Amino acid sequence: MSAIGDNSQDCYHCGLPVPAGSSFRAVIGGESRAMCCAGCQAVAQTIAGENLDGYYRSRTAFAPASGDGAEELERLRLYDLDSVQADFVRREGDMREVQLLLEGITCSACVWLNEQHLSRMPGVLLAEVNYTTHRALVRWNATRVRLSEILEAVRAIGYRAFPATAAGAEQARRRENRSALWRVFVAGFGMMQVMMYAVPEYLAGDGTMTPDIERLMRIASFVLTVPVVFYSAGLFFRGALRDLRAHRLGMDVPVALGIAVSFVASVIATFGEGGAVYYDSITMFVFFLLGGRYLEMRARQKAVASLEYLDRALPLGAHRLSAYPASHETEEIPAVALRAGDLVLIKPGEVIPADGVLVSGETETDEALLTGESLPVLKRAGAALVAGAVNRLSPVVMRVERVGEGTRASHIRRLTERAAGQRPPIVEITDRIAGWFIAAVLLIAAGATLYWLQADPGRALWIGVAVLVVTCPCALSLATPTALAVSVGTLARRGVVVTRVHAIEALERVTHVVLDKTGTLTQGRLSLAASALAPGVPAEHALSIAAALERGSEHPIAQAILQAAEHLGVSIRAAAQLRAIPGAGMEGVVDGIRYRLGSRRYVAQIAGVLPATDDAGDGTSAVWLGSEGCWLARFNLRDALRPEAREVVQALRARGKRVLVLSGDEPTAVGALARSLGIDEFEGAMTPEGKQARVRALQEAGAVVAMVGDGVNDAPVLAQAQLSVAMGSGAVVSQAQSDLVLLSGRLGGLLDALAISRRTLRVVRENLWWATLYNVIALPLAVAGYVTPWMAGIGMAGSSLLVVLNALRLIETRERREEGPAGTQRGRTVAAAHPAGAGPAPGPGAL
Amino acid sequence: MDILYLLIPLSVVLVFLIGALFWWSVRSGQFDDLEGPGHRILDDD
Repeated sequence: MSAIGDNSQDCYHCGLPVPAGSSFRAVIGGESRAMCCAGCQAVAQTIAGENLDGYYRSRTAFAPASGDGAEELERLRLYDLDSVQADFVRREGDMREVQLLLEGITCSACVWLNEQHLSRMPGVLLAEVNYTTHRALVRWNATRVRLSEILEAVRAIGYRAFPATAAGAEQARRRENRSALWRVFVAGFGMMQVMMYAVPEYLAGDGTMTPDIERLMRIASFVLTVPVVFYSAGLFFRGALRDLRAHRLGMDVPVALGIAVSFVASVIATFGEGGAVYYDSITMFVFFLLGGRYLEMRARQKAVASLEYLDRALPLGAHRLSAYPASHETEEIPAVALRAGDLVLIKPGEVIPADGVLVSGETETDEALLTGESLPVLKRAGAALVAGAVNRLSPVVMRVERVGEGTRASHIRRLTERAAGQRPPIVEITDRIAGWFIAAVLLIAAGATLYWLQADPGRALWIGVAVLVVTCPCALSLATPTALAVSVGTLARRGVVVTRVHAIEALERVTHVVLDKTGTLTQGRLSLAASALAPGVPAEHALSIAAALERGSEHPIAQAILQAAEHLGVSIRAAAQLRAIPGAGMEGVVDGIRYRLGSRRYVAQIAGVLPATDDAGDGTSAVWLGSEGCWLARFNLRDALRPEAREVVQALRARGKRVLVLSGDEPTAVGALARSLGIDEFEGAMTPEGKQARVRALQEAGAVVAMVGDGVNDAPVLAQAQLSVAMGSGAVVSQAQSDLVLLSGRLGGLLDALAISRRTLRVVRENLWWATLYNVIALPLAVAGYVTPWMAGIGMAGSSLLVVLNALRLIETRERREEGPAGTQRGRTVAAAHPAGAGPAPGPGAL
Repeated sequence: MDILYLLIPLSVVLVFLIGALFWWSVRSGQFDDLEGPGHRILDDD
C-alpha cells in the first residue's frame, strides 16, 4: 500500500512537485521528506508530531495540497457564538454534538487520521467519521474545548471542516436509511421462513401430508406474510395510491396490483374452500424489489451527499461598526446576530448580509441573483441594499433594516433546489413513455388473464401477476435520473457544481467554447511579479510601508502587496490618516512620514521625478511607492495565467471544439495571451452586449456555444450561450446564472465535465437499450406462461439493479483517474508554473 | 408428526424474536456506515 509517496522529487504529503530551490522538509517515520510548501510542511509535522504517521503507510491517495489563510481562522471563531451554533449544534448539559462535513477525504487513511487527531484533543468525547458521507460526528465538553478549536485542529492536519447546517436533512436521511433496511429485512426474513413452510407442500405427494398440517403451514405462512405485505410492501401501495390520485400511472401501480391480487387469492384459498397459495412468491418478489431499491437508494445518497458542500459558499459573518461614526472600528459578528438598526461595513467583493439602507459611501451592487438585472446598479446614500447582492466597487456603511436567517437560507435554497427540482427533457420523455408503457402492461395482463381463464383456469391468476410484475418500467424510469444524479455527484466531488441538470446533456453537443480572459484564463488575482527599489532602500522596508498603507483593503492590488508581505514575513507597521483616491492610489502616514502608493502620476505629485521604465508589453502593471521628495520602490504586479489553461485549451481542441477568447480587455493584451495559448480566434475591447451579439452570430450559424466566464459583465453572454460555465472564484452573480460552476476556479474541471457528460450519455443509452431488450424478451414469455411470479420478481429487481449498477460505474472514475496518467499531468502543469516566479506566492527571489 | 403442531408455531415466534433483535441493531446505528469499519480494521491505533 505504500506505493504512494515514493517519488522523492515530489512533495511527500500532497504529491505535487517540489519547486526548485525549495527547502521545506519534514521528518516522517525517521526519514526526512521533501515538502512543496510551508502549508504541507506544517501539516506533515503535526501528523508526525502526534505519532500518527501510520497515515502515510496506509493511505491510497495523496492528501489535498495545503494552503494557508489567516482570515479563515478569524471566521472560525464565529462558530463559537451560541447564536450561530443554535443552527447545527445539539446540546445536553455541557455536552455538545455537531455533524461536520469534511473536505479533503481521499481514502480510508484520511478517515483514520481525522478520528485519531480529534479524539486525542482534550475535551473531545467522541469523533467518528463516516467513510461514505465524509461526515464527522463530534461530541465535546463545552467547558474544556471550543468548536473553533476543533475546526482548527482539522485544518492543522490539512483538511477543512464545516458544520453541516442541514442537520435535519441528515437525520431524515438516516431515518430513511434505517427504515429501508428494516423493510428489506422483514421481507427477506419472511421470505426465508415462508419458503420453509412451502417446500413440504411442493415435495409431498398426494396424501402424504395430512390436511391439518397443510392448513397449519398455510396459516403460519399467512402470519409471516402479513407484515411483509402490509409493512414492507406498504411503500408500493402508498406509491400506487399517490399515482392514481394524481391521475397518472407510475411504476408502483402494476407492482401493487400484482401483490394485492395474489395476496387476496391466497387468503381466500387459506381460509376458504382451498386452492393454490402464493405466499412464497409474494414474499420473494417483495424482497427482491426492496433489496434492489435499497441498494439503489444507498448509491444515490452517496452521489448526492457531496452536493451539500455548496452550502458553505455563502457569507457567515458581517463587520459591525459599534461606535460609528465616532470610530471606524469593526467587530466580526455572525450574520444571524445582526439586528435592525445595526450599522455594518460592507467591503467590496462581499455579499450584503441583510436588507438595509446605505448610510455612507457610494458603490455599485449586483442584484442579478434577486432581480435578474445583470448590470451593476449605482447606489448612493439613502439607497436600499438587498441581502444577497454583491458590493462591487468600494466600502460602504449600511444601516440594517430587515434581518432574518430566511434571507440567507432562501439563497442557498434557490440555487440548490433549482438543480434538484428540475426535470431535464430527457427524463420527462422517458417518464411519459413509461406511463404509456404501464397502461399497455395493464391491458396485456388483463388480456392474458382472460385468455388463460378459458384455456387453463388454474394458472390464469399467476400468469396475470407475472405479467404485471415482470414488465419493469423501473429500468426505463430509473435509467436516466440515476445516471444523471450519479454524474452530478461525481462532478461535485471534482469541484464542478451542476446547477442545471440539462447541462450534462448539453455538454456533449457543444461545438464552440468561448472563454473570457480575466479570471478565466488568468487567475483574476494580481500577484507581485517583480520589484525595483530606489538606491539604499531595503526591500523589506519598502514592502512593510506599502503593506501598512494597504492594510484592510480588499482591492486586488492591496491583496497582492499584503500577500507578498505576509509571505516574506515582513512585519507590517501601523499607518495613520489613510486616504484612498479612487483610480489613483492610497495615501497615509507611517512613522511620521507621508507616503503615497499608487499610479505613476499620483506618486510623482509628491515624490518628484520617477525613473523611466520600460513596461512595454510584459503584461504587468506597475505600482509606485514614494514619500515627499523621493521614490522608494516600484512593484510590478501580474495577473498570472492559470497553470492548467494551456492544457485545457489543447484538450478542448483535440476533442474537435473550436476555442475562442472574447474579452473586454485591450486587444493587444488579449492577442498576446490568446496566441501564447495557441488560440487564433480572439477579440478584445468587447462590451458585454458585443460578446452577446458575437455568440448569437455563432449560434445563428449553427454552433452550440459553451461560455466560460467569471465577471459580472459576463452575465448577458452567459445567458445567451446554450451552456454557461462560471468560475467559482468569480462573482456570485454569474454563478447563480450559470449551468456549471467550477469551484475553486479550476479550469480543468471543464474537461472532467466533458468526459463525464460523454460517459453519462453513453450509460443512459445503454440502460435504455437494456430496458427495451429485457421487456421485449420477458413480456412474451410471461404471457405464454413460462414465468412464475417469483421469477418475475427476480427479473424485475435484477433489471432495475443492473441499470443502477451501470449508472454507478460513473462514480468510480475519480480513483481511477488519479492513479492514471492524468494524475501526473496535473503535477506537470503546476511544475511549469513555478519557475516563472509568477505563481500566486512569489518566492524569496521576487524582491 | 404431532410435534409439528408445536414446532411450527414456535418457529413463527422465533421469527418475530429475531426480527425484534434486528430491529434493535438497526435502531442503534450498527448499519449506518457499512464501509468504514472494513477499512478501519486495517489501521493500527
